[in-house]
Amino acid sequence: MNNYRYRRLIDLSIRGACIAAVVIAIVPLVLVLTYVTVQGLSGLNLDFFTQLPKPVGETGGGMANAIVGTLEIVALASAIGVPIGILAGVYLSEFGNNRLGKSVRFAADVMSGVPSITVGLFVYGIIVLRTRQFSAWAGAVALAVLMLPTVTRTSEELLRLVPDSLREAALGLGVPRWRATLKVVLRTAAPGIATGVMLAVARVAGETAPLLFTAFGNRFWSASINQPTASLPVQIYTYAVSPYDEWHRQAWTAALVLVVLVLLLNVSARWALHQRVRAS
Amino acid sequence: MDTLHSRLGPLRRSGRHGGDALFKGLTAAFAVLIIALLADMAFEMARTSRLSLAHFGWQFIRSTNWDPVRDQFGALPFIYGTVVSSLLALVLAVPISLGASIWLSEFAPGWLKTPIAFLIELLAAVPSVVYGLWGIFVLCPLLRNVVEPLLGKMFGSLPLFQGARQGFGMLAGGIILAIMITPTITSVSREVMKAVPNVLREGSFALGATRAEVVRMAVLPFARSGLVGAVILGLGRALGETMAITMVIGNRSEISASLFSPSYTMASVIANEFTEATGDLYLAALAEIGLLLFAVTVALNIVARLLVWRVARSPV
Repeated sequence: MNNYRYRRLIDLSIRGACIAAVVIAIVPLVLVLTYVTVQGLSGLNLDFFTQLPKPVGETGGGMANAIVGTLEIVALASAIGVPIGILAGVYLSEFGNNRLGKSVRFAADVMSGVPSITVGLFVYGIIVLRTRQFSAWAGAVALAVLMLPTVTRTSEELLRLVPDSLREAALGLGVPRWRATLKVVLRTAAPGIATGVMLAVARVAGETAPLLFTAFGNRFWSASINQPTASLPVQIYTYAVSPYDEWHRQAWTAALVLVVLVLLLNVSARWALHQRVRAS
Repeated sequence: MDTLHSRLGPLRRSGRHGGDALFKGLTAAFAVLIIALLADMAFEMARTSRLSLAHFGWQFIRSTNWDPVRDQFGALPFIYGTVVSSLLALVLAVPISLGASIWLSEFAPGWLKTPIAFLIELLAAVPSVVYGLWGIFVLCPLLRNVVEPLLGKMFGSLPLFQGARQGFGMLAGGIILAIMITPTITSVSREVMKAVPNVLREGSFALGATRAEVVRMAVLPFARSGLVGAVILGLGRALGETMAITMVIGNRSEISASLFSPSYTMASVIANEFTEATGDLYLAALAEIGLLLFAVTVALNIVARLLVWRVARSPV
């Protein structure tokens, strides 16, 4: 019986160690979110959303240009990355049970692990060097490249969930395959794909490294997408590493706005996905 | 579907489905674009860095001399900083992630599983720059004032814990990276353990094993290669992580045994110096660091995917 008691003890201590690991894993999340909320709220006011940054030494001002810049870059990136990703996902799920499909799947998985800073370098090489200037759309291309693998793989997964009977029914009615895919298969999977896209957008919206030498930054409004453009993450970085207390305060507020934006997208996407899984 | 449709093939009137070939070709083109992008990334970065590749050769990764003014570029301090900070992150994150994933897949009561897994995944959703901001103003002062003096008092005889206590340095970098790769390793490991067939668990239970024994004797052996894959994926993420670590590691290109002293990583030097790099050789040297980083992370990812795919077929 002693032997059994000893084994129980081991069991309990391993269980305890695992619970401790869970707690340790979650503590940083709680700490970071509390700090960002507490520090960020104190600087949050209407000016932050409507004013341009003030010159060094003056208090006040906001990050209106960076907020608009982030929305602009992310919207452009989605306009480029989402259609490509979904169509590639269609190929993988509808025609991709072959060698090419396998290689594309593999390439997408590998690509999702490529450091975002090297994507920035890549886009610098193919766009910024050639157009000779930093621009919002160079930043958008970098973010599009980053979201491409996620969008492709989630689209594929969700398209695979569409039952074959739907495809067969459509084809049986004499509908050509491309129409069946677009109007029946894709439409059935659309809500799921939308949440996948939201997750991808949430991920790239907080990216800083690929924007450093593509969209660069700007202390003023940018007149067009061909000009250097401010974004919230880059602005947070610049302000955080600056020596000015006023800028640090603004960095916390910007971080709060960014976190709320990203987590809102992320959580609502997950929630929608959860509801769907439960319903089906 | 392919087979069904090809069996239907002869029944179709020719010409009516010309759109199908077009549609298939179009989607295939976008799929191939992904492979092309990956290849072009390698090509483009090799092209940008060819000046430095030709000029320094192997010397580039052996020299510690990084002197833009004299056009001397050696990347060893950055490679050292990247490798050591990532290994430190693994040492901290692997036990925690494995413990958390074991709990989530084997011990957790059903109603707690989803919320806890959700919280851990939220950890991955917080932008890197926000971790960096928190690192600068909360973590580094904490390390400087509390943790580093404590470590110095307890293990001060080891070279790891000697030297000036600045907060900003290798230790801070390793901790930040550990926080950021924990969700990756946890969720992939959990995926892998989910793929362990239940019969293995049931068999062990039937022999009278406790839960911990089931984990040790049935789950872990089956999942081993996938778990190694999960850790390698985490390593890949740690190597390439840029913003948070740039903000806390101190950015000084020196090699020191102490975890307290500032260091510099490959990703950080690119982030810090690329836009200010004047001179073609300087730019090429930074691009070569990017190329190295790209090559290493792609290689790690390939290995990791193969390992994870062996156990869990689902995408990660």
